[in-house]
Amino acid sequence: MNWLSSNLDYVAQLAALHVLQALIPLVAGTLIALPLARLAVGRRRDGRSTELSTTAGKVRRATVINSAALLYTIPSLALFVLMPLILGTSITSLLNVYVALSLYVLAMMVRSSVDAFESVSPITLEAATAMGYTPVRRFWMVELPLAIPVMVAGLRVALVSNISMVSVGAVIGIQSLGTLFTDGLRRNIPAEIIVGIVGTVLLALVLDRVLAALGAWNTRWRKA
Amino acid sequence: MNIFESTAAWFTAEGAWAGAGGIIQRTTEHLGYSALVLLIAALIAFPLGLLVGHTGKGENLVVALTGALRALPTLGLLTLFALWLGLGLTAPIAALVILAISPLLAGVYAGIAAVDPITVDAARAQGMTEWQILSRVEIPLALPLIFGGIRNAALQVIATVTIVAYINLGGLGRFLIDGLAVRDYSRMVGAVLLVAALALLVDLLLAGLQRLTTPAGTS
Repeated sequence: MNWLSSNLDYVAQLAALHVLQALIPLVAGTLIALPLARLAVGRRRDGRSTELSTTAGKVRRATVINSAALLYTIPSLALFVLMPLILGTSITSLLNVYVALSLYVLAMMVRSSVDAFESVSPITLEAATAMGYTPVRRFWMVELPLAIPVMVAGLRVALVSNISMVSVGAVIGIQSLGTLFTDGLRRNIPAEIIVGIVGTVLLALVLDRVLAALGAWNTRWRKA
Repeated sequence: MNIFESTAAWFTAEGAWAGAGGIIQRTTEHLGYSALVLLIAALIAFPLGLLVGHTGKGENLVVALTGALRALPTLGLLTLFALWLGLGLTAPIAALVILAISPLLAGVYAGIAAVDPITVDAARAQGMTEWQILSRVEIPLALPLIFGGIRNAALQVIATVTIVAYINLGGLGRFLIDGLAVRDYSRMVGAVLLVAALALLVDLLLAGLQRLTTPAGTS
């Protein structure tokens, strides 16, 4: 506790960096995953799913989902190191973490967004069509809101895994709460490491709660 | 010489593969640590997951446990254990076992719990003992999800074993950490390419094994 009280500013600064490195990729990855997933599901203009009926639909769905899964087999530390090659950044640049983790979020969210869109009943979509919704309006007003619950479940998993992956960047010198681990080991201060572990877990718990609450707030009709 | 050429040069340099500290030795170490971790984690997670999945008791505990374990940063545990237990093999193995338990437990528990209760009742009505129900009905039907858990755990462990080099052990992470220390970027790139290839290869092997052992009719 002594260590924490005398280093509060330092820890707060690292925690802020940690949150940034976890949240920016979460948003970016999800924004890219949504259109891809929607494309993979493939519906006819009236809202009925084409996925099971055509071979092209099946192939498209399998391609999107499998290429996303393949991405997930690349270790995070590997991506952090390879990013400078692709982006031309320096090895300790935050941009490496942003892009690398966005790819993971993309991989995870494509899968769970496909599930989310498929969880929306085609009958509901046909009803919306019958009521005169254009396909675009139907997507924004009916399909996307109804997909939120399943999507939030995926987002929560992505968020928690992001928070734990961010700390790995400390091994190659990218600052986050993970820096407390490498620094604590080098200077032989167990308290510093414990602060880092507790801080990371707290961060994951709190942000997970916030995300769950946001999801519940955006689907208020479920309780009504 | 650009980074692609220098990485290729690193791979083809004399003594890069064979001998002490070569790629072959580091890969063997990497696989050895990973296998040991997965084995210990499986010895803990499998009985627990089978028990909870079969009896349905303690489900909340398992869900809470797997969630909490997933949030624990492995690098933090690794460094803390290294300070407490010294720089032996115990510290990294313990930290990584904690990492691997979560996906294994989730897979086994979810697999058993997802078996249709009607099927289980039918087996019971046929006069099967609880042990027979578990070993002949529930486990075979749960294999796809159990394998999902194993593949997940294997991927995470192989990726994360890379950081045990940070506390002066071997494995492919050795190239990464040593390369970083002397700013030898081609060595770092070579290391992560090897880890990624290893992860992919092991995942493919497990996928093949999954196909062989999964009973017909389940997907």
